[in-house]
Amino acid sequence: MSDVLGNPIIPPDASDSLAVLEKQRSTAEAFGIPLAVLLEITHRCPLQCPYCSNPVELDRAGKELTTEEWKKVLSELAEIGVLQVHFSGGEPTARKDLVELVKHASDVGLYTNLITSAVLLTRDRLSDLADAGLCHVQISFQGTEEGLSDRVAGYKGAHLKKIEVAKLTRELDLPLTVNAVMHRQNLHQLPDIIQMAVDLDADRLEVANVQYYGWALKNRAALMPTVAQLDETTRLVEEARERLKGTLAIDYVVPDYYALRPKKCMGGWGRQFFNISPAGKVLPCHAAESITGLDFESVRSNHSIAWIWQNSEAFNRYRGTGWMKEPCKSCEFREIDFGGCRCQAFALTGDAANTDPACALSPLHETIFRQAEREAEGDTNRFLYRNFAGGTLEAETSESGENGA
Amino acid sequence: MAGPRHISVSEASRPVLPRHAKLKYDETRQVWVILAPERVLAPDEIAVEVLQLCNGERNVGDVADQLAAKYAAPREAILTDVIAMLQDLADKGFLTEAREKTP
Repeated sequence: MSDVLGNPIIPPDASDSLAVLEKQRSTAEAFGIPLAVLLEITHRCPLQCPYCSNPVELDRAGKELTTEEWKKVLSELAEIGVLQVHFSGGEPTARKDLVELVKHASDVGLYTNLITSAVLLTRDRLSDLADAGLCHVQISFQGTEEGLSDRVAGYKGAHLKKIEVAKLTRELDLPLTVNAVMHRQNLHQLPDIIQMAVDLDADRLEVANVQYYGWALKNRAALMPTVAQLDETTRLVEEARERLKGTLAIDYVVPDYYALRPKKCMGGWGRQFFNISPAGKVLPCHAAESITGLDFESVRSNHSIAWIWQNSEAFNRYRGTGWMKEPCKSCEFREIDFGGCRCQAFALTGDAANTDPACALSPLHETIFRQAEREAEGDTNRFLYRNFAGGTLEAETSESGENGA
Repeated sequence: MAGPRHISVSEASRPVLPRHAKLKYDETRQVWVILAPERVLAPDEIAVEVLQLCNGERNVGDVADQLAAKYAAPREAILTDVIAMLQDLADKGFLTEAREKTP
């Protein structure tokens, strides 16, 4: 699952003749149906990444929408004006009906994107997906070599399998995005990751620093990069963007703990994004269920998706600026960043209506920044793996040793 | 497999949108869009017209000829604009070139 989806991407230099549609839309149109919707068709996943972006409470297989229910959702999305869908998870290929769902999405005119860890894919299945009309494949990588990559994923053989499927993707002439989730223990591999993306003939690379809510928050001390690492990362990304212009597009998501201004999370709550959970809940972001006290409506309810988007209590709760407290309420940037990320505000302050502590104006900013700095300089490298068993602490090894990797 | 990645658009190029970039009329919003991975681009009217002419058969010079005739405008100015627009699209990774036909 891509962390970058939390931050709708706008190319840095969109020209006048090719403006990005989100950018053009006036505030009056802002609550129009989103252009793209994330479908988390299952929470099941063979990987156990310590920064998993799924909610801490996972939907079990028995709760998942059926094939017919997903098809109905896809038809409804196309009808109300959604243009793209991202099949994600969990691991979307864990659903046996994925080809059927992609076919249906194509039939109703949706642009389809597969966001996958790739470890369950075979040549035949990928070929069937391409025939079903799949437009784009995004594969997550945890590093550039087996040792570190398989350790982060908590899955032996993951890395080589990913390389194999990435090559198959290009052989089938499907466009490829390499998604690299970055943190303290793999940032040193970034130059090699950029080269790996070029060698795999990828069109895009997402360099997505871990965002620390949900499961990732439990592993923050093992993942938080140092300020020096981040400065170097930014320098490397800028250099590579210039060098690889026209060959590899690079999107970059910075970790916001070290920022002065918070990210405009989701483009603002309920403004241009929603996702649908495995059980059919319509959510303002994939982490929204981490905020307790909000009721999210389901596609299984009597309401249409368009009604839920426009009228449901959960979407309207943090829309616009009316819900804000100080310092957001009177802040000149309130319509620029909408007070940052509601899930992060809830996770770190206990109230989603507080200013996201990533903002320098939050009274908690300094404390959290210092804590992140301390954790980054610390030597806790053991992961708490993510799985349906409720999490497994990594065994002590030379790599995870308390003296550092 | 796709051809060389970095395309330099010239009068002789025969560009075409790649499989992953789809030009489509969005009925809901009443605008033309280019659907691409994690992007929805909104081409202006001229860009739409140019892209509809770029079928992998015509070269950029042919496209400029057609537009110059249709709008009774100076061909050189149109050619410059068309190349700039297509190069911008190519730099973003949303343009490919038809392969040379071998006789």
